[in-house]
Amino acid sequence: MGKLNVTLCGIEMDNPVIPASGTFGYGYEFAELYDINCLGTFSFKGTTKEPRYGNPLPRIAECSAGLINAIGLQNPGIDRVISEELPKLAKVFHKPVMANVGGFSVEEYVELCARLDKEEQVGWLEVNISCPNVKKGGKSYGMTPEGAAEVTAAVKAVTTKPCIMKLTPNVTDIVAIAKACEDAGADGVSLINTLYGMRIDLRTGRPVIANRMGGYSGPAAFPIALRMVYQVRAAVNIPIVGIGGVSSAEDVIEMMYAGATAVGVGAANCIDPYASKKIVEDLPRVMEKYGIDTLESIIGGAQ
Amino acid sequence: MKQETLTVLSNDALTKSVYRMRLAGDLSSFTRPGQFCNIAVPGFYLRRPISVCDIEGDVLTLLYKVVGHGTEAMAAMQPGTALDVLCGLGNGYDTAMSGDRPLLLGGGVGIPPLYGLAKALLAEGKPVRAILGFNTAEEIFFSDEFRALGVDVTVTTADGSAGEKGFVTDALPADCSYFYTCGPLPMLRAVYEKTHTSGQFSFEARMGCGFGACMGCSMKTADGGYKRVCREGPVFRKEEIVWEN
Repeated sequence: MGKLNVTLCGIEMDNPVIPASGTFGYGYEFAELYDINCLGTFSFKGTTKEPRYGNPLPRIAECSAGLINAIGLQNPGIDRVISEELPKLAKVFHKPVMANVGGFSVEEYVELCARLDKEEQVGWLEVNISCPNVKKGGKSYGMTPEGAAEVTAAVKAVTTKPCIMKLTPNVTDIVAIAKACEDAGADGVSLINTLYGMRIDLRTGRPVIANRMGGYSGPAAFPIALRMVYQVRAAVNIPIVGIGGVSSAEDVIEMMYAGATAVGVGAANCIDPYASKKIVEDLPRVMEKYGIDTLESIIGGAQ
Repeated sequence: MKQETLTVLSNDALTKSVYRMRLAGDLSSFTRPGQFCNIAVPGFYLRRPISVCDIEGDVLTLLYKVVGHGTEAMAAMQPGTALDVLCGLGNGYDTAMSGDRPLLLGGGVGIPPLYGLAKALLAEGKPVRAILGFNTAEEIFFSDEFRALGVDVTVTTADGSAGEKGFVTDALPADCSYFYTCGPLPMLRAVYEKTHTSGQFSFEARMGCGFGACMGCSMKTADGGYKRVCREGPVFRKEEIVWEN
């Protein structure tokens, strides 16, 4: 094992850096810019059963340290992801990919996970039970321990690959939800999804985003995400993918000290297409600066 | 697309709110008029997407309107400032479809990309007509620069303080065979409805990334699918466009 290697749910990764779902498409926009095989893996665009256009424009609002988005799970749907996106990806990415799915019923989660579980390229399933952008039936499954456990148990029953449940921070007690996932058989949890937020345009007095509210991400989310990873690490034994405002190799290392086995990079990809690559390349320098021999050795070190 | 460091050569006000910034650097990733760049403005999280007005050698000319804090910060930039710019973004205008005598329809800060387009069309030996619309006389910019290229220019102002009174669409010639347009959304829609020929429309959108990753700027298209303003756009053929609501 090299200095940067980590093992996430039984799969060894060259490094812990994972561009987060929704900020990296299906990979090939970035593959035009650099060899994306330098990444640990990436989590592809949240995929649903049916094709989705998503929300009306505008979908983006800038904040002083980040952005709010309300994309609304735009994606081509599972059929085309399997028939078109994955074959295209296979030409440029030769590592197991993390398959992110979003559903509007337990049955949809089950179908999506069962089908992607059979795809050779898929290493992990990342089950988004938290997307706050989609107005469908009110609360998401990830807002209660019972809902989170229901989806977890259902997808675990039809899959062989590791299932990582992606959690929303817009809850009273994220630790209880992480524990419910663990108890229901989850192989890991990823946190945090975006924080509910909004902006108002002073010229119109109306919300900037057509959907009114959206999910905030960016550097200001980092301390909140770090705190939640730290709390969840103390309470569960399954691996954590720490996500939220990570913008530098220093942030990756901080997230790992808090308890993350691997680390998602989200909004940073939107402002610098090379952000994830730069973070991977900068890790050895920062490790040396702080006397860290291997990343695996620091996971949860701050507990 | 390429990430480049460009250096500000000059940055001057053309009107109360429209500025011209000239930047020097490697511009080899720009291949067509109507493309845009995405500028990292220090102190602001998202980049600012700005359409390309002109490229001469290694000098890029941008015209931008100060509408918020980000463009205010741009207006204060001094010559010598080095900027992180994503270059060569978007599809740009296709000059091959222009026909013999293309018409350019520009409104306000939508006018800049039509300048580079006019140069490209003229270089192909096609006489170019342009109708440039403004709100009022004191907001007029670049009409003389178009004339200096040899473009047959008609200016309209909404208040009648200069040129013909009315909107760009009030001055449409009957013999238009193909057009290119860029301007505010209500103008684009009026152009769509009042023209009887085909043409190309350049759209503006609030963007997250500007290079196709975040899906923040997707537009529904007539084939039932969607295209990203930043990636498959910002220029769309009239036949591709769907107006929502």
